[in-house]
Amino acid sequence: MHLYNLTLQSPTAITHAVAGNFSGSRHQEIIVSRGTRLELLRPDVQSGKVATVIASDVFGSIRSLAAFRLTGGTKDYAVVGSDSGRIVILDYDPKTSSFVKVHQETFGKSGSRRIVPGQYLATDPKGRSVMISAVEKTKLVYILNRDAAANLTISSPLEAHKNNSIIHHIIGLDVGFDNPMFAALEVDYSESDQDPTGEAFNNAEKMLTYYELDLGLNHVVRKWSEPTDPRANLLVQVPGGQLASSDRYDGPSGVLVCCEDHIIYRHMDAPQHRIPIPRRQHPLADHGRGLIITAAVMHKMKGAFFFLLQSEEGDLYKVTIEHEDQDVKALKIKYFDTVPIASSLCILKSGFLFVASEFGNHYLYQFQKLGDDDNEPEFSSTDYPSFGMADPSFALPHAYFKPRALDNLTLVDEMESLCPILDSKVMNLLPNSDTPQIFAACGRGARSSFRMLRHGLEVEEVVSSDLPGIPNAVWTTKLKEDDPFDSYIILSFVNGTLVLCIGETIEEVQDTGFLSSAPTLAVQQIGYDALLQVHPHGIRHVLSDKRVNEWRVPQGKTIVAATTNKRQVVVALSSAELVYFELDLDGQLNEYQDRKAMGSTVLALSIAEVPEGRQRTPFLAVGCEDQTVRIVSLDPESTLETISLQALTAPPSAICIADMLDAGINKTHPTMFVNIGLQNGVLLRTVLDPINGQLTDTRTRFLGTRPIRLIRVQIQRNPGILALSSRSWLNYTYQNLMHFTPLIFENLDYAWSFSAELCPEGLIGISGSVLRIFQIPKLGTKLKSDAIPLSYTPRKFIPHPANGLFYLIEGDHRVRSDAASAQAIDDLRRQGKMIDEETVDLPSEVFGRPKAPAGTWASCIRIIDPVDAKTVNVIPLDNNEAAFSLAIVPFAARGNELHLVVGTAQDTFLAPRSCTSGFLRTYRFTEDGHNLELLHKTETNDVPLAVMAFQGKLVAGVGKALRLYDMGKKKLLRKVENKSFSSAIVTLNTQGSRILVGDMQESVFYAVYKPPENKLLIFADDTQPRWITATAMVDYNTVVAGDRFGNVFVNRLDPKVSDQVDDDPTGAGILHEKGILAGAPHKTQMLAHFHVGDLVTSIHKVSLVAGGREILLYTGLHGTIGILVPFVSKEDVDFISTLEQHMRTEQLSIVGRDHLTWRGYYVPVKAVVDGDLCESFARLPAGKQSAIAGELDRTVGEVLKKLEQLRVTASGF
Amino acid sequence: MSSELRYTANTQLEHLHARYTGTGHADLTKYEWLTHQHRDTLASIVGHPSLASYLAIADGEAIGRVRFEMTERMLQPCGPPPAKDD
Repeated sequence: MHLYNLTLQSPTAITHAVAGNFSGSRHQEIIVSRGTRLELLRPDVQSGKVATVIASDVFGSIRSLAAFRLTGGTKDYAVVGSDSGRIVILDYDPKTSSFVKVHQETFGKSGSRRIVPGQYLATDPKGRSVMISAVEKTKLVYILNRDAAANLTISSPLEAHKNNSIIHHIIGLDVGFDNPMFAALEVDYSESDQDPTGEAFNNAEKMLTYYELDLGLNHVVRKWSEPTDPRANLLVQVPGGQLASSDRYDGPSGVLVCCEDHIIYRHMDAPQHRIPIPRRQHPLADHGRGLIITAAVMHKMKGAFFFLLQSEEGDLYKVTIEHEDQDVKALKIKYFDTVPIASSLCILKSGFLFVASEFGNHYLYQFQKLGDDDNEPEFSSTDYPSFGMADPSFALPHAYFKPRALDNLTLVDEMESLCPILDSKVMNLLPNSDTPQIFAACGRGARSSFRMLRHGLEVEEVVSSDLPGIPNAVWTTKLKEDDPFDSYIILSFVNGTLVLCIGETIEEVQDTGFLSSAPTLAVQQIGYDALLQVHPHGIRHVLSDKRVNEWRVPQGKTIVAATTNKRQVVVALSSAELVYFELDLDGQLNEYQDRKAMGSTVLALSIAEVPEGRQRTPFLAVGCEDQTVRIVSLDPESTLETISLQALTAPPSAICIADMLDAGINKTHPTMFVNIGLQNGVLLRTVLDPINGQLTDTRTRFLGTRPIRLIRVQIQRNPGILALSSRSWLNYTYQNLMHFTPLIFENLDYAWSFSAELCPEGLIGISGSVLRIFQIPKLGTKLKSDAIPLSYTPRKFIPHPANGLFYLIEGDHRVRSDAASAQAIDDLRRQGKMIDEETVDLPSEVFGRPKAPAGTWASCIRIIDPVDAKTVNVIPLDNNEAAFSLAIVPFAARGNELHLVVGTAQDTFLAPRSCTSGFLRTYRFTEDGHNLELLHKTETNDVPLAVMAFQGKLVAGVGKALRLYDMGKKKLLRKVENKSFSSAIVTLNTQGSRILVGDMQESVFYAVYKPPENKLLIFADDTQPRWITATAMVDYNTVVAGDRFGNVFVNRLDPKVSDQVDDDPTGAGILHEKGILAGAPHKTQMLAHFHVGDLVTSIHKVSLVAGGREILLYTGLHGTIGILVPFVSKEDVDFISTLEQHMRTEQLSIVGRDHLTWRGYYVPVKAVVDGDLCESFARLPAGKQSAIAGELDRTVGEVLKKLEQLRVTASGF
Repeated sequence: MSSELRYTANTQLEHLHARYTGTGHADLTKYEWLTHQHRDTLASIVGHPSLASYLAIADGEAIGRVRFEMTERMLQPCGPPPAKDD
């Protein structure tokens, strides 16, 4: 078995974000790390929309990201710390729109290890050096400089190691142009490791240490080290240093040490200032629980600076420092606003705040004000004795604030993120859809959602209106060449033409010069200010003074097809003749003296737009009824000579020539594509050679069941093609690569570009008798998602086999259920406590829910109608029970009536796992599945993490035990049990009497149920320990599984063993066989292994294309959706693996990770080809492309075609 | 390897142990081994973004909090060392 791994949706989570002027222009950009991907985002200052400029797979795991700028420079560089054991400095090159690796310095082993640097990065604010640090001991300092040619140079590393010390955070101090200094937050463990009494551990001090890089001596010294708060977790740089021009200091320099509940200002030889972190005054808040800062950002303005710190609850605080030169007078904090909990915050100079959420969608906010003159209580260090440091070991009294809706910020843009995907199903539930949808349970806490993902582009309808009849075509046109917007909409009906004028309103106009008594075949704005209408009996050339020059078709003939551009017109007559017209310099349309007889009825015609600076386009494509397409010359020297001919498999229904940029074929110039739509719904895309007019590199694609119509449109000022069949598809260029994506919209019969003041980049289409104007807002996306909000983190869901509803379980740890908190608040009220209603009623989607102690759970069962995208019913769980698993079981004992079994547990603690009691709740479906009736609860001694229907009974994984239950009157009745699993059962799969059991730590066990003896027996297991998160059966003997470290693998059982076990009626053979390696008697064999880089949360064996092959689809925690496609032939395997080998040697990883070791992170990669790497072939420079293609004995086009074919036949994407 | 050898024949080994924290040796006690294992695991959770997210979702905490607590626990992941007999 050989598999091809392809990512359909790359991770959507953002783990780090950093702002800077990376392109060297005035606009600021944001570089974000999506774990295994690096992206450059550009927020538009006017519209506030965030656009992705480039995205690049790094084939490694990014652990830290920082930006710096050399002194006097205008351009920022990015430094990346990853698991490659290398530090990498990246430069964004706006010309080629790519990240360029400027420097790559190796310092250690690869992998995310304890003492290999990469976890933390700190840069000197003047861009003179960078420190990279590990979690323990190792810190390296690199000096950055310029050489004579003003290129960035990097020194060899200087060590600032400290043995036996754990590093919490590092930061570069702002010291102006003094020697660069770095601050680190460290704890030494050498003493607590030696002291059995535990006293040293209790007295362990967290040290704030300054490291100074002496630029003169080229040496790093430990300058200063002082103990600070033992619960400090984060450092923030405070501006400092003197301006060269004046004596003023930018700030006092030093650091803010963010600790649990406090923030301390700290600097060498300066008094400390301490302030409390204000808390929410929620009646149910746990006041014993500390509050930490998880994200921070400092912003410098002219002559001032402030900090925004975010607590783990999402509240932003504005922190300011009052200072006189270098002396700090006061440290102040006040509540600012509440936004989702961020992994990184970025403030842009243009007044935006980018919040990269740790889970869920990311947001861009605009600052309305800086919270300077509001009534928020402010807490200053001067309010406390000795600036809050009277006794550092005692906490300051709690400070409180009232959370409220956004006041200082307004939301301007939202970036969708699926992270985290916790469970998914792939099914086709929508009516009229021939491809399945992906249903995913996403998000965390109150911001969770249930999403339906469809392959396609989102379409935003601007306006739609009913028409009197059913038109068969629509056009829009300008009046003059240089008009910014369209003026007319022309609708062609069976017996007439209607012209509408676009103004304040859209209304019919009469005196346009267009013939209204006949249908129209083509409309064109021609020359400088004339219009052209082609109708079956002639061509009308409407001049700007409304004079009409008409060319009439000879008697007895009609025009059957026409194609036009700004200077040329070609029409085909019913007598199979072509007539060619060209505009002369006086604006007269002249007929070419000869007509060309084609010999077969012409069905479709197309010419390209006139290239810039040229008189004409030299090629005409003619599709004939004899199933051919001919390329005919329009060159003055060989006018209407046939150049080449291509045979088709069906008569063509439409042809469209368009010049489009595809960097895979040509990096700099657009390629001329001839798109041929056939009557059987197949689209052929061929490349027209501009020199000899030959058609090469044909690619085919099935679009739908109706004959195809092709329309050339403008998509963001670039040419695109709209292909209409039973689905509408858009072919366009995005980030220099060609995309072909269906539109999620009503079926269109015809469409055209539409540009008006209110909708400058729209499209206009007709579906039936409705005219629709729409636009496509999110180019580049492949999946459209529709979301239903949920109340708690979704855990698992299951579809009902008959009624099309989903049953979903949700649960949150450390959260009180809504009912429990209402109850607790009522109790407080009864005790006479004052309750602030406003705080209690804050929406939990924005503010979250107050944290409760560990062991508190909120959970519910939700019934969802996925087609109507709504929640049908919610059944909350009480008594601190939380749901962990569910199954729909047809109990044989109840005549195969379907029941929902939900595995829950009461008072659950996670580590170590414990609960007062587990339950199997059995529900009956009522009201056609819209409601549930609890029949009974069956107690279990551990948490039931997996349940499944099995031969008319229920099989449950309860902790380490696998049990079979049958339906009883008051309880489920335990029939048989096997307790020999090693840690906890997390997944179950079945076929026949075989049960595949995924263990939390010990991979997949093969078990079998033997009814005669009533025994559950394990007969095979894996030789490797695997921390299973998801499994699916590929066939009776084969299982595919994902583990916690981001691997997917396929295990197979020897078919002989399988037969032997099946033939043994009682299982006595298995029972008496000797175990191997302290496990089962048989072992599975690993067939394939691959490191995805994202934690796999679900795997399915599905077919994504109608009638296509079955593939494996997996989802990842950070929002990845990928597929594993089995190869069909040995040649494919050889070809693609050789290509992969060549691609590996190109060293594409911009973090310097070796591709082979990345994909074989934990176990060497086996029998899986990385499609993402292979597809980056399209981005290689042309020389490299042809070199690799030459090695493979193919042309570049053939390699690209093969790659596209693999993607399209497997996924349709 | 006997401790004698370690000090005489292979003087570099001592140096290597100092350099590569977490490397085992023949005289490693169970406690030391376990502490190393735990510190490696905790550092791995902090260093792999998806693992940290996974634990944060399971526990209902912010990722920043999970990272902080994991780093804190590295100080003494397995409790105080056993008392020495001699």
